Amino acid sequence: MRNFFRISFLIALFFGFQFNSNAAEKVEYLKTDWSFKGPFGKFDRASLQRGYQVYQEVCSSCHSMKYLSYRNLVEEGGPEFSVEQAKAIAASFEVKDGPNADGEMFTRPGRLSDKFVMPYENEKAAQAANGGAYPPDMTVLVKARGGGVDYIYSLLQGYEDPPAGLTLDDGVYYNKYMYGNKIKMSNQLSDGLVEYSDGTNASVEQMAKDVTTFLMWTAEPHLETRHKMGFKAIVYLIILTVLVYFSMKRIWSRIETKV
Amino acid sequence: MSEHEYTPKSKVGKWFNDRLPLLTLANHLTDYPTPKNLNYWWTFGGILTFCLITQIVTGLVLAMHYIAHADMAFESVEHIMRDVNYGWLIRYIHANGASMFFLAVYIHIFRSLFYGSYKSPREVIWIIGIIIYLLMMAAAFLGYVLPWGQMSFWGATVITNLFSAIPLVGEGIVTWLWGGYSVDNPTLTRFFTLHYLIPFLILGLVVLHIWALHVPGNNNPIGIDIKKPSKDTVPFHPYIVIKDGFALLMFMIVFAFFVFYTPNILGHADNYIEANPLVTPAHIVPEWYLLPFYAILRSVPDKLLGVIAMLSAILILAALPWLDTSKIRSAVFRPLYKQFYWILVADVLILGYVGAMPAEGLYLLIARIATAYYFLHFLVVLPILGFKERTTPVPLSITEPILGGSPNFAAVKKKDDFKDQ
Repeated sequence: MRNFFRISFLIALFFGFQFNSNAAEKVEYLKTDWSFKGPFGKFDRASLQRGYQVYQEVCSSCHSMKYLSYRNLVEEGGPEFSVEQAKAIAASFEVKDGPNADGEMFTRPGRLSDKFVMPYENEKAAQAANGGAYPPDMTVLVKARGGGVDYIYSLLQGYEDPPAGLTLDDGVYYNKYMYGNKIKMSNQLSDGLVEYSDGTNASVEQMAKDVTTFLMWTAEPHLETRHKMGFKAIVYLIILTVLVYFSMKRIWSRIETKV
Repeated sequence: MSEHEYTPKSKVGKWFNDRLPLLTLANHLTDYPTPKNLNYWWTFGGILTFCLITQIVTGLVLAMHYIAHADMAFESVEHIMRDVNYGWLIRYIHANGASMFFLAVYIHIFRSLFYGSYKSPREVIWIIGIIIYLLMMAAAFLGYVLPWGQMSFWGATVITNLFSAIPLVGEGIVTWLWGGYSVDNPTLTRFFTLHYLIPFLILGLVVLHIWALHVPGNNNPIGIDIKKPSKDTVPFHPYIVIKDGFALLMFMIVFAFFVFYTPNILGHADNYIEANPLVTPAHIVPEWYLLPFYAILRSVPDKLLGVIAMLSAILILAALPWLDTSKIRSAVFRPLYKQFYWILVADVLILGYVGAMPAEGLYLLIARIATAYYFLHFLVVLPILGFKERTTPVPLSITEPILGGSPNFAAVKKKDDFKDQ
């Protein structure tokens, strides 16, 4: 057994190096208590629904969500809108379909099976409308940024006046959490910007938290299943390991050598 | 293989075995005499077999859903993560499985270095192992390109560009590798093909690796030759099987922790951004398991020499059985080598660390010193140590740790040391 502690120590040391090397150049991000962190973490359903609202009313005019379908809003482990609600949400979008029997493209109300409607026809159109900067797709954005949810949460609240002496070009804003501090997205959130149907006070902090929770879900839609299954798998493995350990002791006792 | 004759008890068994001796093979594998003092560092062979099979099985399933096309690869990976039943699980096992595979292989290699398992008569096992390790690195690199994220694309660009360092034909070779004038769809499709092929080459080499192992039998922690079968050995089944199984389960707990709770911690965030040839990431870093060699590459100012240094760092291992002049295998009886061994371990860890850092200032200096020491260890320290080191007495056998008169005795230079005991 002593050897196992040694192995574990080496493993810890090795990955310690890794975490260190990743953490070396980080800024201190704003912290909040994420309900989905930790081995038993789950999404806060109400927060996901509010987060969807913020995405829809604020972000979606520029940021696409191309890997998500309206049906995902109903699925277990997500915002869990009712089927009727999700159908209504989908139907509120015009989806381009076709060609029909006459060879014409046409638009129709969205269905659950449709992907989220893109805000722009293509990347060039998105750039043209945003001063040359392409608003990144938001589906896996949380996983595509080093700081993850903390980074997004902080960035949304990180707008400041630029320090004296720093002049910014037109359409460039100062954000203390952005890499290089220059961002082409202006401050989007202000208190009371959206009106939550559940009566929650729509403070900047609250909206940032809700929309980041929503983005975590869009990036990891199976997070809850993963956590649950992981717990079962590890408990199972531990029990099996203990059983195998005692079998091993027993088998080796035949030749009286310590294992 | 083993000398003893085996006859199946049943008539059908005998009939079949006379035509294809599979039962003899099975009997050899279960009876295979194994040193009884193998410690847990020896369980990583079995763990590595598990890793290989896991990668192949999960990889097959992923290949059923993945689309090797520059415009669709990234999306198809997201499709696997979202819509394929348990696709997220399969992909996270495969992605973290690569890291686990390398973690295990590094322990396996350093086990070999500590106990001198590469020495005569096991040189061929060792060299096959080095080839497997090279193929593993190739497979891992190719696999990392497939999701077609930013790190995939730029990693592929950086690594394939290394070939341009070859004089005269370098540029031509790079174009040939890419199948065009930049990393693009033809590159992706051939990388996918090769990524699919290499694991089966590895599987074949693993068979040879084990076959070559079964000729002289396992080395052991005290590194002496033992009689087989004897009091010093146990049959592979059930003794080693259960012990390997126990260690494998411990390993799987660590594995499961990564897969279920921190599946992305070993990857780079930029790989969740779709490949974009027009935007270069701030830092291009390979996966953690390639970092020591990346550090060696960057520590040499000249591109061609850097590539040569990096390749030599791996290939020098193949010459190890002849560079290490000591006849004593196990570091247990080599007090000086033991210290140099741990310095080497630290050196490689330091190389890994600076490989993840920008190649400038102090980091670059440390990388250069560590690179120099790496080669010094193999080219100077090891050959000299074999002649100069005063080794401690080696026991005669595993069960009877009586000093003196060991099979290695004649090779020990300072015989007088033994008489004093």
